[in-house]
Order: sequence, then structure tokens, then C-alpha cells
Amino acid sequence: MEGTILTTKDLFVYYDTKCAVNNVNIEFQKNKITAIMGPSGCGKTTLLRCLNRIHELNPSAKVEGKILLHGEDLLAIDPILVRRKVGMVFQRPNPFPTMSIYDNVISGYKLNGIRLKKSEFDEIVEDSLKKAALWKEVQHDLHKRGTFLSGGQQQRLCIARALAMKPDVLLLDEPTSALDPISTSHIEELLVELKKTVTIIIVTHNLAQAGRISDYTSFMYLGELVEFGATDKVFTNPQNEQTERFLTGKFG
Amino acid sequence: MENQYLNSGDKNIGVEKSTPNILHKKNWKLKEKIFKIVLLFAGVTILLIIGGIILSLLFSSIPSLKKFGFSFIIGNEWDPVNEKYGALPFLIGTAMTGFLALLISLPFSFSISILLGEYFKKGLLSSFIKTMTELLAGIPSVIYGFWGLFFVVPIIRNVEMIFGAIPYGVGILTASIVLGIMIIPYSASIGREVLELVPNDLKEAAYSLGATRYEVIKTVSIPYSISGIIAGIILSLGRALGETMAVTMLIGNMNSIPENIFAPGQTIASIIANQFNEANNELHISAMIELGLLLLVMSAIINFLGKYIIKKLSVEG
Repeated sequence: MEGTILTTKDLFVYYDTKCAVNNVNIEFQKNKITAIMGPSGCGKTTLLRCLNRIHELNPSAKVEGKILLHGEDLLAIDPILVRRKVGMVFQRPNPFPTMSIYDNVISGYKLNGIRLKKSEFDEIVEDSLKKAALWKEVQHDLHKRGTFLSGGQQQRLCIARALAMKPDVLLLDEPTSALDPISTSHIEELLVELKKTVTIIIVTHNLAQAGRISDYTSFMYLGELVEFGATDKVFTNPQNEQTERFLTGKFG
Repeated sequence: MENQYLNSGDKNIGVEKSTPNILHKKNWKLKEKIFKIVLLFAGVTILLIIGGIILSLLFSSIPSLKKFGFSFIIGNEWDPVNEKYGALPFLIGTAMTGFLALLISLPFSFSISILLGEYFKKGLLSSFIKTMTELLAGIPSVIYGFWGLFFVVPIIRNVEMIFGAIPYGVGILTASIVLGIMIIPYSASIGREVLELVPNDLKEAAYSLGATRYEVIKTVSIPYSISGIIAGIILSLGRALGETMAVTMLIGNMNSIPENIFAPGQTIASIIANQFNEANNELHISAMIELGLLLLVMSAIINFLGKYIIKKLSVEG
């Protein structure tokens, strides 16, 4: 396929001996939103966590196969470089509580010991917060701690923090499951806007959300990728029986 | 059945004796009151004990307070024969040993907290180091003193000879080294506990930004738990100031202001332990009790200071 940015090839993930991801081959398209869906425990979060190698924090996780980013196997490069190219946003908003909003946005630089001029940092902060649609709300409180923000604002701050590193791919693990409907729709609008500059891969439990925002939908079941295709096709005409049962609310 | 719900008080109208009535509790108000009174009694007793200690120390030190006033604190002569009592040498000795011990223990306790709180949370090595560190806190202080006399003193004596100091062996430095070892477990175990409490998703967020483990610890974990870490350090300082037995055995017991860290000295705790038995006139005893009062005030100030720092630095604040 044209415009592929991230590809998994014969990907297996094991926790000790339990197989969590079973032979997944998937091609993520550049500047598109791809949703990963499936019932609890189907391996979708595990798959997502492999894509920036954050799964390695769990010493019992083992990976076989290849994950190609721009055609290069990211399992063979330094994980620290991989994570700068592939950002992640988590289920629960987790801005660093000890840092101000400003420091949260540039925390990726601070953590990596990258020193820039104050004006350059200012620019990154403003740019990232604007991209995350948070600038207007916090521009006068940049040096306050981020913990006084609402849940939705905190999650947008986390998105800004990930965007500040100028990643090629943004991974989101159920980013709205802890948020109220209004905050959720803010985030959804934001993601659709963001795909112009970054490729988005989102794990979601929310069928309607996947239908609203994603260009491609993949469906996982028991560690296997059973369905992958354009969202409108998967939703209207699923090829796999499990997908159909999931979409019609028979399980999941 | 309706009656049962309407009359949940003392009388079981409409309910047969044989059926247990779950809505009827006997004397629950009285029981509740008695329970509360018992708890309150324990709380008030603690207040009375502490108040009693402070008051009795204060009353017994009145003769000394009257005679010496403020000069008790700034006087540097402690001479029971001529009835001259100045506590400055002991205040300086206490402060020196306390902070020196803290300085010696900090690198170890901090490293152990990070090692056990971040690197080896579980496993054989972790529980072994943890148990050993806790054992350090359980060793009686007289054993530390004994070990210090036979092991640390000869080493310090050699060091003193190299530096050209008088080779006493015992002194401020010797006491501080042993004291430093004694207080490691206090700050180490609290440091480990607070580091373990750092939320995993914060660390994952930092890793996702490309941070290394060291960077995560430095930029996320330690700032998050800094108030707890400081609380542990302050607790261990409080412990160092009041430690008596081991210090008395190792500090050299000289009633003058120590000229350097090799010199023998005296802490408040050690002078009390040394002289309380032989004090037989009222003024001597009173002066000693005033020393005790000073130590109590010092500990209280450190405690309040610690609480203030914790409040200033805590994440929620």
C-alpha cells in the first residue's frame, strides 16, 4: 500500500509463555487515524505498546517478528530514539504533577537533557499547546502546575507533551475512557485535526468513536488480527464473523 | 410485616419472638458512646503524658534557669565543682555529630532507597538487602558502641596520626561515623516506601518521551517523592540527636568545645548519661534537666521544620 509509515511483520508477543499477540501483520497509513478495537484481553493494548517499545518495561514480555518504521526495524534501533519518534498518550491523563504546564510540555526535552534557548522552548510550548487546542485556555497560567486542570484539559496537555517531541506517530491507549462526553468530543475533534501532521493509532473500546474519527479500523480477537480495512467498509460490511458480532453488540 | 419496619426501636411489635429481627439492635447508642470514650481516653492520656514531661522538666530546671538565665546556653564552661554550668560545648557537640552523621548516612540511605524502590522491587536480592537494612535498625545501641570502640577507633587513630592530630581515636568523627551507620535504615526505608508509591503511569509517560531510567528517576520519581524522602532524613536526624549509648562510648567525653572533628567532645545526651549518677546537689541536677529540656526543644524544632518542608514540597500543595 502507498503511504505506509509503520508496518508489523509476523509479530508475536508473549508474556512468559502466554501468547498475547499472535502473528499480526498490519500496515499503518501515513497521516491517517487507525483504530484498534476488540474485546478486553484481545491484545490490542499490547500491540500498541510494542509500537514504541514501552512493553519492554515489563520484563516478562517477549517479542518476535519485525516492526518497520519508515522501512527500518525499530526493534533493532535504540528504544530511546524509537520513543521520541513514536509518542504515546495513556488511558488516564498523567501530566507530571511536580511540573508546571510549561515544563510539562517541554518535559521530553528536559528528560532527555536537550538544552535549547528560552525563546526556542517558548516557541515549542506555544506551538504544541496550540496543536493540542489548549493554548487559549492556559496561556496565562503556563507556570502553574498542571494538576488544577480538568481531566480533558490534562489529557490535551499530555497530547501537547507528546507532540512537543515532534513525533511521526502518536499512539493513544483509550485516551477518552476516563473523560466525560464533552471532553471526549474535544479530543476527537483534536485528533481529526492532528492527522494532518502526525499519524495516529488509537486503541478504543468505543465503537462510535472509532466510527466517527478513524480512517482505518482493525479488529483483534484472541491476539489475532481478524479484520483490517477502511472504517466505512469494516463497519458496513465486515468480513469476519467475530467482527460482526462485536459491531452488533453481541459481545465485547 | 409493616410493623417491623415502622417499629425499629426497642419493642418488637408485630414480630414473633422466634424470628431474628435484623432491624433491632440492643443498646447500640450506649456501646457507641463507650467505644468513643475509650478511644478519647487514649488520646487524652498521650497529651497528659507529654504535657507532664514538659512541665516536670520545666519545673525541675527552674533553679538552673534562675541562676544562669540565657548564659546557660552561651556559656562554654561546665564545671560542677565550682558550680559553673554552660551548655554551649554540648550544643555544638550535638549539632556537629548530628549533621556529620547525616552527611555520612545520606549517600547510603539515598542509594538504598533508589535501589530498592526502583531497581530491585522484588526478588531475592531485594528482600535480602531490605531485611539487612532493617536489621541495622534493630541492633542495640550498646553493640554499635562496642563495635565502634574495637573497630572504628583504631582506624580513626591511624587516620589522626596521618593528619598529625592527637590520636585519641575517640571523638566527634568516630561517634558520627557510627551514628551515621545507625541512622541509615530510618531514611532508607521511608525513602524506599515513597519511591514505590510513584504512579507507574507517570514513569511510563516519561519513558514514552524517550527518557532513560536514570532520567526518569531524576526528573520524575525523586521530585514526586521528595517530601517523603526529606521526612525520612529529618526523622533520622532526630534520631541522631538523641542517641545516647553509642555516642557516650565513642565521643571521648570532654566538656569543651571541640576544635575540629577529630577532637573529643560531648553531646547533650552523653553528658546527661555520664554525670547523672554522680550529680548530688540540686543545682547540678537542675542544670542537667535543663539540658534535657534543650534537647527536647531541639527535637521539636526539627520536627516542625520537617513538617513545614513537607507541606511546602508535597505534590498536592
